[in-house]
Amino acid sequence: MAENVKPRVRVPRSASAGEAFEIKTLISHKMESGQRKDSDGNRIPRSIINHFSCDFNGENVMTAILEGAISTNPYFQFDAVIQESGTFTFTWLDDDGSEYTDSKDITVG
Amino acid sequence: MKKFTLSATIAASLALFAGTASAQVDLDAVLNIDGTVITTRAPAPDFLDIDEVISGWVYRASETQALQMDDFDNPAMLFVDQAMDDWNRVDGTEGKSCASCHTNGPEEFAGLRAELPRWDAERGQMMNMEDYINYNRVTYMGAEPLKWAKPRMDAMVALISLQSRGMPINVAIDGPVADIWAQGEEIYYTRVGQLDMACANCHEDNYGNMIRADRLSQGQINGFPVYRLKNAKLNSVQARFKGCMKNIRAEPYAVGSDEFRALELYVASRGNGLSVEGPSVRN
Amino acid sequence: MQFTRRDTLAMGAGAAVATLVPFQAFAGANEDEMAAFANGAEITDGGVELTAPEIAENGNTVPISVSAPGAVSILILATGNPQPRVVEFGFGPLAGSQSASTRCRLAGTQDVVALAKMADGSIKRATSTVKVTIGGCGG
Repeated sequence: MAENVKPRVRVPRSASAGEAFEIKTLISHKMESGQRKDSDGNRIPRSIINHFSCDFNGENVMTAILEGAISTNPYFQFDAVIQESGTFTFTWLDDDGSEYTDSKDITVG
Repeated sequence: MKKFTLSATIAASLALFAGTASAQVDLDAVLNIDGTVITTRAPAPDFLDIDEVISGWVYRASETQALQMDDFDNPAMLFVDQAMDDWNRVDGTEGKSCASCHTNGPEEFAGLRAELPRWDAERGQMMNMEDYINYNRVTYMGAEPLKWAKPRMDAMVALISLQSRGMPINVAIDGPVADIWAQGEEIYYTRVGQLDMACANCHEDNYGNMIRADRLSQGQINGFPVYRLKNAKLNSVQARFKGCMKNIRAEPYAVGSDEFRALELYVASRGNGLSVEGPSVRN
Repeated sequence: MQFTRRDTLAMGAGAAVATLVPFQAFAGANEDEMAAFANGAEITDGGVELTAPEIAENGNTVPISVSAPGAVSILILATGNPQPRVVEFGFGPLAGSQSASTRCRLAGTQDVVALAKMADGSIKRATSTVKVTIGGCGG
């Protein structure tokens, strides 16, 4: 488990059915790209969050396959559209096998 | 190698860059953070020769400015979140967390950041934010002091600075701190290092101009701790002082040294009137 | 030593060129990535919008966004990076729009390319040149 990895998500508390709204997500993660070298000249191995997904009540909103070129503390902003109340779940997968999650409830109508 | 005046070379480079490439500075840009307007320009304090003090935010590219205008987009807030966890975490021999004594939350510290560094009569010395955090940790929590210019301390400084956001910097420069302030002023104007430069050469004589591909600001510290895009983490005042000195190839003073404390007081006072922005976003 | 005006200008001009990290593109890797994503389909320009700053204040954190109505997925390539792939977005049934924003690292001045794969398999492309500066005193 990478150290101090903390997700943050912003989802409105409520929304209208069928009307798109914005979601923002951030997670603290170094995103060691695999391009840097240490003081001895050895390449520091890649260690990043490589996958992100946002789902709502079990259905997919969006996914992202991340590479080393995503900045430290990966940030995503995207839109969702839903028809009913429920729960958003956010999942980040780390190169080291860890999984980080967060969730947010939302009411419709 | 022929001897030549380094400062003449630098002056040449600075002059050539005035107005090249990058977008011009928009002095009228408004810093509105989630609905609160932050003062980024103010009349300069009396002791300064310049007319107006201007926050570093004004000198950054619009994309960078935008990052600070929303508390979610602002990556520094991730560290404020971490500090909040730390605030609630028991640490030390007394079995306490910050929350144990400060039952009303970090909101209790509204106004503190705007006055620091300041003379503390009880302690008989000038204190900055790091001093207060460590004094309380050691004395009341029986906890280890946090290392300055390291993530855990910088995050806590950010959390507490945030409570004063929008309030005008109002640092005292007279009374018991007068001598320290004078020392800070002297350091600010003294040329040092291989490049033979003083803080003033860039931050008073050339703010608004480009240095290579960076736009120079007035070197105000109202925005500290600052999340820099360059290292994607929070940076403290004295860590930046150290970085600046290394950039001009001078032997930096130590973080926590008397010299940097004096400089912190003096530089803070140069921004009296600007709003606390911490934690801010810069390049 | 006395500097003539010519000397000073020459030094300054050299410094000016040096602060823009030179344009880079790694042809082979980029073509491979594009071909893999396109999977045989033709790539045409238009139909996808890529927003990136003209000048990135710091190459370590460059905000970019992409939008392609009707796309199934969008791949972003930094053609001047040692490894061109930046991110591949996939849009599910509950996506409010086929658009997303993120922050990326750019190694130097280069073209950033967005490829959008539409529902019928066709590929749309947009390109944006981003200048990446070395920085000043702060590095």
